[in-house]
Amino acid sequence: MQLRRKIYMTAGYNTISMGMGRSEFHPKKPRPTLEDYIREAGQHVLDQIGGAAHVDECVMANFIAARYNKQANLAAFFPFIDEGLTNKPCIRVEGACASGGLGLATGIKTILAETADVVLVVGVEVQNSVKAVYGADILSAAGWYQERKEGHAHFFPGKFSERAGAYFQKYGKEKTRQGMALWYRNAIENARLCPTAQEFENKTTELEKLAFTGPDPNTFVDHLNVYDCSKVSDGASAIAIMSEEGLKRCSIDKKDAVEITGLGQAAYDLTSAPKDPVWLHTTEAAVKKAFQMAGITHEDLATVECHDCFTIAAVMAVEAIGFAAPGKGPDFILQGNTSHKGKIPFNTTGGLIGWGHPVGATGVHQAVTIWEQLTRRAEEAQIKLPRDKPYGLSVNMGGDDKTLVAIVYKKA
Amino acid sequence: MAMNYLEKLENVTVLGAAGKMGRGILLLTAMEMLNQKFKPENHKRQFVLYAMDVSNTALDELMKYIEGQALKYAEKNIVTLRKQYHHRKDLIDNEEIILEYVRNLTELIRPGTRIEPAFDSRIIFEAVSERPDLKVDLMVTINRNSRLRPWFFSNTSSIPILWLDEHAGLEGRIMGVHFYNPPPVKKLVEVIKTESTNPGLSYFVAEFVKNTGKIVVPSYDVAGFIGNGYFMRDILFAESLVNELEKDFSFSEAVYIVNKVSRDFLLRPMGIFQLTDYVGIDVVQFIMSVMNSYITDENFHSSFVDKMVVLGSHGGQYPDGSPKNGLFSYEKGRITGVFDIGKKRYLNLSEVAPPGDEYIGLLPVSWKPWKELIRHPHKGSLLSVYFDELKEMSSPGAMMAKDYLRKYKEIGMGLVKNKVAFRFDDVNAVVTHGFQHIYGPVNPYI
Repeated sequence: MQLRRKIYMTAGYNTISMGMGRSEFHPKKPRPTLEDYIREAGQHVLDQIGGAAHVDECVMANFIAARYNKQANLAAFFPFIDEGLTNKPCIRVEGACASGGLGLATGIKTILAETADVVLVVGVEVQNSVKAVYGADILSAAGWYQERKEGHAHFFPGKFSERAGAYFQKYGKEKTRQGMALWYRNAIENARLCPTAQEFENKTTELEKLAFTGPDPNTFVDHLNVYDCSKVSDGASAIAIMSEEGLKRCSIDKKDAVEITGLGQAAYDLTSAPKDPVWLHTTEAAVKKAFQMAGITHEDLATVECHDCFTIAAVMAVEAIGFAAPGKGPDFILQGNTSHKGKIPFNTTGGLIGWGHPVGATGVHQAVTIWEQLTRRAEEAQIKLPRDKPYGLSVNMGGDDKTLVAIVYKKA
Repeated sequence: MAMNYLEKLENVTVLGAAGKMGRGILLLTAMEMLNQKFKPENHKRQFVLYAMDVSNTALDELMKYIEGQALKYAEKNIVTLRKQYHHRKDLIDNEEIILEYVRNLTELIRPGTRIEPAFDSRIIFEAVSERPDLKVDLMVTINRNSRLRPWFFSNTSSIPILWLDEHAGLEGRIMGVHFYNPPPVKKLVEVIKTESTNPGLSYFVAEFVKNTGKIVVPSYDVAGFIGNGYFMRDILFAESLVNELEKDFSFSEAVYIVNKVSRDFLLRPMGIFQLTDYVGIDVVQFIMSVMNSYITDENFHSSFVDKMVVLGSHGGQYPDGSPKNGLFSYEKGRITGVFDIGKKRYLNLSEVAPPGDEYIGLLPVSWKPWKELIRHPHKGSLLSVYFDELKEMSSPGAMMAKDYLRKYKEIGMGLVKNKVAFRFDDVNAVVTHGFQHIYGPVNPYI
């Protein structure tokens, strides 16, 4: 299936990803609130597109503010961003960590439905309102609640630890661990190039050595250490989705936008265990759909933003997208392919591990990052863009490979 | 034997439970009771822990402390607790399990100001203030009124156990179990048994300290035992250095110099006088007086300690653990001033430090802060390099540090020679685990 209308994304914005690692962060001191993040991200997009009057509809992406912040009905925060959004159609979408991706998909479909030419999408999550031990309870809602009792205290690290253990057993631990360690190093080094990244100020010299810290099953999980995991983050990202008419309305040149050429969505039964613990089937399905719609393969990509909530998820994503055969993801990473100057730079501002993972914002942050790269706005983080590879890909995953959104972007 | 341990543990009283040592012992005991209760075979066993102290206000504070500590423990150990509460189908989220742990732990504890409940206890932990007559009175009262022939474990840090046994008429049902402050954190427990101690008590203590993750060091039954045997002598040596320095410096400057040399040059977490403040100057005075009355061939008496106590600057800690003013004044845990005994006020550190620092001179180039060294995997070799460099230095600070090291070693060896400690390793274990020193008195560095 092809997109029946030209779709563009432009005017992206990321707030700081706030949490442990940022010098401004102190768990016991006041910090920006959910409202602050929504307003900051939304207003910066409006500033770039000529104001709220140009917006037809709005989409808020958020996982679970109702528990983290005791706040629901987030769609009604759009008029709080700007009075000019009063009485515009607004909707909130949720799909756990893929909420941002679903927000983008909703915006794209709204343009396709021709009910809007300009859609403002904001993704947000504020997680540092509770300690991580309680945050684990909240995040476990991304899994099947009936499994919570038997699940690990740190529910999702537990799930991906099981996947890591299975992967070690099937393909060997040593090389996989090396690949995961290099992934961590790349994530932090890329984050150092992006002032909004949570690990921007990370000055550790021996990153791979740190990444080899042995797991401690007594306090955490069996096969992962804390460096294998993404952050607890507060933050928001926002972007505008437009038709060609929308671009004209907002006086935005196509060179300042990216064209959306492929959208792949997929879901897998929340109550079922993964078909194969060493393979991300739903990720593979979503990416295939997006590639098919865009009429490209992974060979056409200049950059990828993948959902590295855990280093082992990154290894498996590299394989599921098609860059490496099953079991060869670690080799692909260790050959330097995914690094900033590699053949196919992944997660160029640090991804979930380096930039941060404000859950509902992550899918939107991925889109903003690709938009910045393809329009050469990424400053220190800018990668080289080969002439023959004008595409970028984002892969946003909700839960343990349950809800997936893959998007293909093209230099416009 | 295991059955016997559990039967004894089923009903325990902590005397002086609201004090800084008592509350820690209470917490450890409650946690051990709950850990036992988690075992399927013990689910139906009932444990009771009486927390006794003189003030209801202090007991209210105690229960807040226990709740806070239980919460911290549960949050930190959620992985284990999920397994321990696995049988409880109604507890699903971490939060539910954590709150249940806090509830279960606190409901074991019955706070009170009356002594009668202790008559039902088989185990009595005694952690009241270091007054021999008070300890004896309480033990006599409980022993006379109880039909259970209870076992007494005294946290005394100075009074000989045999003396307590004889004066309270316990017939060997007492043992010294000396925790270090704060008991939930410090790994060390000094254990003192006498020739007449009932062997059952040793078994109970061995099981209890093993289950609570402590390291046991045995000590002879000599006043002050190993810990205060070392500490009081260290204070007295530091005082002699102050007296010597007072020929050229003011009292405040001399205190500053000796404290700084003992902290920085000797790589300790606190200088000797900061540690004196931490323990409490009045407590130190009391321990010295107790030791003085039992040890006849040495004089445990400090004139500056007496003066400070009279002037009312006692040191010690607030309930949140922050230091009270003593020889030094503190803000947010940091030293801000030094007491001037003559002027009876604190002099600002900026007045006292410059002449002191100039006299002391520079630290060895290979010096590293205590915080960095204490967990360093190669601390042994780093210490050798550091002390080799110190040996070659002749600045006043370095010379004083070397004198201090010699005295430190002499004190440590004396504790074995005078049959306070069984082995040099025991002395080093007490000082490293109880005082957080990086190396013990009996060391190869001097």
